[in-house]
Amino acid sequence: MSPRAYRSAKIAAEITVPILLVVAWQLYTVARDDPKFPRPTTILAEFQDLWLFSQFDAHVVPSLERIGLGFAIAVVLGVALGIPLGLSRIGRSAAMPHIEYWRAIPPPALLPISIILLHSIGNLQKVSFIAFFCIFPVLLNTIYGVRGIEPTLIDTARSYRVPAHERIRRIVFPAALPQIFAGMRTSLALAVIVMVLSEYFSSTSGVGYVLLISKNTFEFKPMWAAILLIGVLGYLLNLLFLLVERHVLAWHRGWRAATPL
Amino acid sequence: MPDWVVSVVVPVLSVLAALGLWELISRTEVISQRDLPAMSTTVQALWSMVQTSAFWTALGETVRGWAIGLGLAAALAIPIGIALGSSDFAASAFRVPIEFLRPIPSAALIPLLFLTLGTNLKSEVFLATFGAFWPLLVQTMYGVHDVDPIAIDTARSFRLGRLERLYRVTLPSALPYIMTGVRISSTVALILAFTAELFMGTPGLGQSLNQVETFGLNDQIYALALATGFLGVAIHFAVTALEKRVLRWHPSQRKGTA
Repeated sequence: MSPRAYRSAKIAAEITVPILLVVAWQLYTVARDDPKFPRPTTILAEFQDLWLFSQFDAHVVPSLERIGLGFAIAVVLGVALGIPLGLSRIGRSAAMPHIEYWRAIPPPALLPISIILLHSIGNLQKVSFIAFFCIFPVLLNTIYGVRGIEPTLIDTARSYRVPAHERIRRIVFPAALPQIFAGMRTSLALAVIVMVLSEYFSSTSGVGYVLLISKNTFEFKPMWAAILLIGVLGYLLNLLFLLVERHVLAWHRGWRAATPL
Repeated sequence: MPDWVVSVVVPVLSVLAALGLWELISRTEVISQRDLPAMSTTVQALWSMVQTSAFWTALGETVRGWAIGLGLAAALAIPIGIALGSSDFAASAFRVPIEFLRPIPSAALIPLLFLTLGTNLKSEVFLATFGAFWPLLVQTMYGVHDVDPIAIDTARSFRLGRLERLYRVTLPSALPYIMTGVRISSTVALILAFTAELFMGTPGLGQSLNQVETFGLNDQIYALALATGFLGVAIHFAVTALEKRVLRWHPSQRKGTA
């Protein structure tokens, strides 16, 4: 096969395989005719019914708000704690046991505690819960990013008597930024998962709440539509994040291309 | 400060300080003892818990769900990852489905599994396998894709067969990536095994937590969360040790490069 024919065959496969998979799924569900496994076309119709846009304000907006707020708090705290910890060996040594413990614990183990401590199953509890678990990827990546900085850079700035806060703002933070973004991306994916878990555990609104209600009422169509929505949300948030990252780190990409990590 | 002070004394003091602070906040009722049982109360609850066989059975069930889920995910993801990673054509054919399925949080599948497979080990294993599959698949694909083509060509010119090339060149060079995948997936598998137990009532630590939560036994809720955290830490250390052992020949594990 000529290289060109090979390339076209590859593109053709990239388009046809997903279509074939969906068609196979449709045929399978038609043949099976089981209410637990509705046809993809039925799910799409339900998806449109629920999310575009009759239930959008009631359930999608609250979930997005919780993700957005929790994620934002986690990023601010993670960077604010991570920079000093990255710079101080003693600070790191004191903080590491705590970080290692809290990031190893499966998040749902703390769901009951979060409700007991905060006396809330509303936004206060959801946002704090999301923020708490999203801190760790940002925090650890900030620490690694700061530690990975060429020491000569900092020493040079110091010998030029650049004050500490300027050193952090102009050298440490920008140099750690690519790694911070890597942590943020992990955190964003985690935020979606933790949002679903906390809403599914106890809530009065949100996408996870729709899952819970449809389970309790044996309604499979809204359940599948909610699963699809969560998948789409995860996909779109990741895409959006990559766009922001590309924009913010535009100055950095050339350098990254030269030194693969 | 000498090295041993920084690496031993400081962490120990820091943990002790945190435990003391916990005791203080609760005893002085800054947060009421009902909402935050004192550290000593919680440790006592945990101590009487670890003396019951029910606790160890539950722990064993959680570890079983984790191990089967991770094992199945590895058995599926590594061969598929090798196949997709070594063929450009297959990789692009399945790129879209993978990119769409991967970000679906497995947590969303809980109600569906609850109503289809039911409350049993099958549901728990399915959930853990589904979650652990993707990081392993992606890491294996990257690893296989990143094999030095010159090494493959050299092996080929020495007339190594397909299988031997796979075994002697591709796998060893992809192994660091695969082990990273194992580390990520082992965390995911534990989270999902526990989640399945908490939300679906499959037997295990998660189910125990659900029970004590229903009865409002706050000191046991804290004790179980504490124990689950220790299980997470233990699994993390075990997998990191495995990674070190499997990759002991690899430059990333040499002393002084950390």
